[in-house]
Amino acid sequence: MGGYILKRLVSAVPVLLGITVIVFLIMALIPGDPATAILGSYATPENVAKLNADLGLDRPLWQQYFVWLGNMLTGDFGTSFALNRPVLDEVLERFNATLVLAGTAFVLCAVLGVAAGVASASNQYGAADKLITFVVLLGISIPSFFLGMMMILVFAVNLRLFPVSGMWPIYGDRDLSALISHLTLPALALAVVATGVIARLARSAMLEVLRQDFIRTARAKGVPERGVIWRHALKAAMVSIIPVLGIQAGFVLSGAVYIEIVFQWPGVGRMLVDAILRRDILLVQGGVVFVAACYVLFNIAVDVAQGLLDPRIKT
Amino acid sequence: MMAFLRLLARNRLALAGGIVMAAVVLLALVTPLLPLADPDVTDTANRFKPTFSEGALLGTDHLGRDLLSRLLWGTRLSLAVGFAAAITAATIGAAIGIVAGYFGGRIDNVIMRGVDMLMAFPYILLALAIVAALGPGLMNALIAVAAVNVPFFARNIRGITVGIAHKEFVDAARLSGLSDLRIITTEILPNVVPVIVIAMSTTIGWMILETAGLSFLGLGSQPPQADLGSMLGEARSALITNPHTSVVPGVMILVIVMAINLLGDGVRDALDPRLKSGALSRPRAATTVKRDGPVPAATGAGLLEVQDLRTEFHVKGRSYRAVGGVTLNVKPGECLGIIGESGSGKSVTALSVMGLVASPPGVITGGAVRYDGEDLIGAPYARLREMRGRNVAYIFQDPLATLHPLTRVGDQLIEAIRVHRPIGAKEGRAKAIDLLDAVRIPNAARRIDDYPHEMSGGMRQRVGIAMALANDPDIIIADEPTTALDVTVQAQILALLDDLRRSRGLAIVFITHDFGVVAQLCDRVAVMYAGRIVEEGPTAAILDTPTHPYTARLMACVPELGAGKRRLEAIPGLPPVVDRLPVGCAFADRCDRTQPDCRAGEIDLARHGARAVRCLHPVTPLREAAE
Repeated sequence: MGGYILKRLVSAVPVLLGITVIVFLIMALIPGDPATAILGSYATPENVAKLNADLGLDRPLWQQYFVWLGNMLTGDFGTSFALNRPVLDEVLERFNATLVLAGTAFVLCAVLGVAAGVASASNQYGAADKLITFVVLLGISIPSFFLGMMMILVFAVNLRLFPVSGMWPIYGDRDLSALISHLTLPALALAVVATGVIARLARSAMLEVLRQDFIRTARAKGVPERGVIWRHALKAAMVSIIPVLGIQAGFVLSGAVYIEIVFQWPGVGRMLVDAILRRDILLVQGGVVFVAACYVLFNIAVDVAQGLLDPRIKT
Repeated sequence: MMAFLRLLARNRLALAGGIVMAAVVLLALVTPLLPLADPDVTDTANRFKPTFSEGALLGTDHLGRDLLSRLLWGTRLSLAVGFAAAITAATIGAAIGIVAGYFGGRIDNVIMRGVDMLMAFPYILLALAIVAALGPGLMNALIAVAAVNVPFFARNIRGITVGIAHKEFVDAARLSGLSDLRIITTEILPNVVPVIVIAMSTTIGWMILETAGLSFLGLGSQPPQADLGSMLGEARSALITNPHTSVVPGVMILVIVMAINLLGDGVRDALDPRLKSGALSRPRAATTVKRDGPVPAATGAGLLEVQDLRTEFHVKGRSYRAVGGVTLNVKPGECLGIIGESGSGKSVTALSVMGLVASPPGVITGGAVRYDGEDLIGAPYARLREMRGRNVAYIFQDPLATLHPLTRVGDQLIEAIRVHRPIGAKEGRAKAIDLLDAVRIPNAARRIDDYPHEMSGGMRQRVGIAMALANDPDIIIADEPTTALDVTVQAQILALLDDLRRSRGLAIVFITHDFGVVAQLCDRVAVMYAGRIVEEGPTAAILDTPTHPYTARLMACVPELGAGKRRLEAIPGLPPVVDRLPVGCAFADRCDRTQPDCRAGEIDLARHGARAVRCLHPVTPLREAAE
């Protein structure tokens, strides 16, 4: 197993490099001159030239890339000019908040999605199946930002069950119960779409497995139906569900952008949107590379989990 | 194409989605013709008018603009952008995919690496990066959404193209000297287009959502122009005071995306042949029972009695009679062989005993199965489950498919015990090792931690047998347990079963198509044809003097070692289709002794002593054969 993890980590290196190249190239597309953008249109040409030299922007593109990459590897993501703060500090702080939100949503969608899919498959064409199928369809069709707004309206404004927005109370303790009450609505809103996608997949994966011979064997042994479904069938179905969990983690991380805006969550997505609107390029660059890298690492964890579940995938 | 549309129309949800989508598209097309207020004219005196107010059906927004008008114009814009993004992504993605798939080799490698890297991004992040570079704006949002979806199309289309690029007709085109471009446009593209269309139909909803999302974030359409996403984004600040300004565009997005999803699902289902055949049905915990006739009374003949059992498969209004009135009995310690060709109903008979026939489509429509006098067909599931594996155990054909692929064999054995009585971890492990020893698996203590795929076919079948033995059942039903194994292993497994039967006093029902196996193992044999028993009797007697022509022909199919002179015969023709069985003898069409009366009516199973036959013109008269 250790060897397998190492191998996967090594194979991630070109992907990570590719990500930095793509981000770098996209940013190099930006029309105009960053120095002018920073100094404003009244800057003298001498000042612009000096700043360009300071920023290394007068060098060839490939040199700029390697300088940028080298700096990132040593933990220097540059400085956000709008916040006047090291990019990495800002990203790390914001990423923490995103991790709390997206992590909770991911656990929710994985658990609820798989449970709904299994319940749906084991009552195929029954009332529960139809209900779940309909709710799932609704879930994958509703824009998460609209759902979030409606949740605020109903549960926060009208029923007053949860706070309207933010991660922490403005006054009062920053304890776990405060966090949970702030987290509930955004995490649910964020989880809905992925829950639907996972539930659909889990349903069809379960139906596929339930027709297989080893399920008949389990029944012939006298395994109670609950054991047949939750132990035998689900275990085998997880082989096709786990990769989708990995993909959906990416969607949850992406969707966090909207939810962070709607719920004023101080996460990395909201930071990115603000940075784009302020044209704070270094912050966008650093944020995107950082989050993408985390996602790549997470997918390695998914592969490893797959390897642990399925002994036929041998390292 | 017509068939496809008809299938699609039969799916009511897809039809509803199609109608809603058509209505929305139509509305978007005629919007410029409708007598609507100008969507961009502000009227701050009339801000936030509620819905259904005078002159503004859906009310007005924070700048007093007519919401209905904005909604329709916004829908028009959102749809246009969504479709444009989908078409752009599909075209570019397909082009990349076709080039990679058609040329293969290094080109394929480089392209797919790039695609993989793009796919390594959480997709909105990539879209955000692109918008960051190009600047906010609807056109740039469109480019970003299209770019993010290109890898998806490229990967799908490449897969299809690789499949086509090595087909004969492409090779033929190449040999005839056509240029690559000609081949791609005339041979590859027409085959790929349907896939592109399907992929588009399933992703267009996403694209509309994604562009709406970017606009919602303020990165898409810029004021005063508004698509649905930016309407929602602008309304957000008034969410609490004037929720209707948010609800109106939000519901519209929901309706559009849901209609597209329904339609997309319908398209996918209509194209999936497995759904048509009902092959994706989930088998229930026990076979459905719908007995219409009276339940035969217990006769006390044998430990296991099958009485006039009828099992059918109901598929789309047709019934296939797999088992049509089978009566059998097995005494303790006896080995009964059931022999017949594929499709003769022998396995279905065996699976019906413990309600293991996949259902749907299987239904037990009549008869009884009695274990020690107790009717199992009418037994509740809980009772049936209790007896499965404890009183009657099964061994199945292909041990690779019948063992759980992801569970260690030891754990599967322990589970077999644990579902019938509580057992500690240590005791369970010891018992499992004993069982593996009993089926003569060398190194049982080590093999217990193997996964099925780490064992050979013979070893796996030994595990299957060990599992059947786990609770010391009285009867083992072995459904072609040696068919998937090679001949030497087959002999070992048969010897093992014979030993176990003698040492443990097991009754065995042995399903096979091989008379050689029957001769080696079984005390009695029942020959099945088209769901019925056509001959039954002691093995030696039947081998010696078969009476039913089918039995005789079946025996002639078995090669005999050292008796090379005899001609090896195949039975001409195929068994009848069991949803349209002929009147009278089902074998009449393949039989060389057929007389007119064979097709006249029902033929009974005639008994004489230990022998029975269902034939009017037997090879040897029954009385003679029985003596």
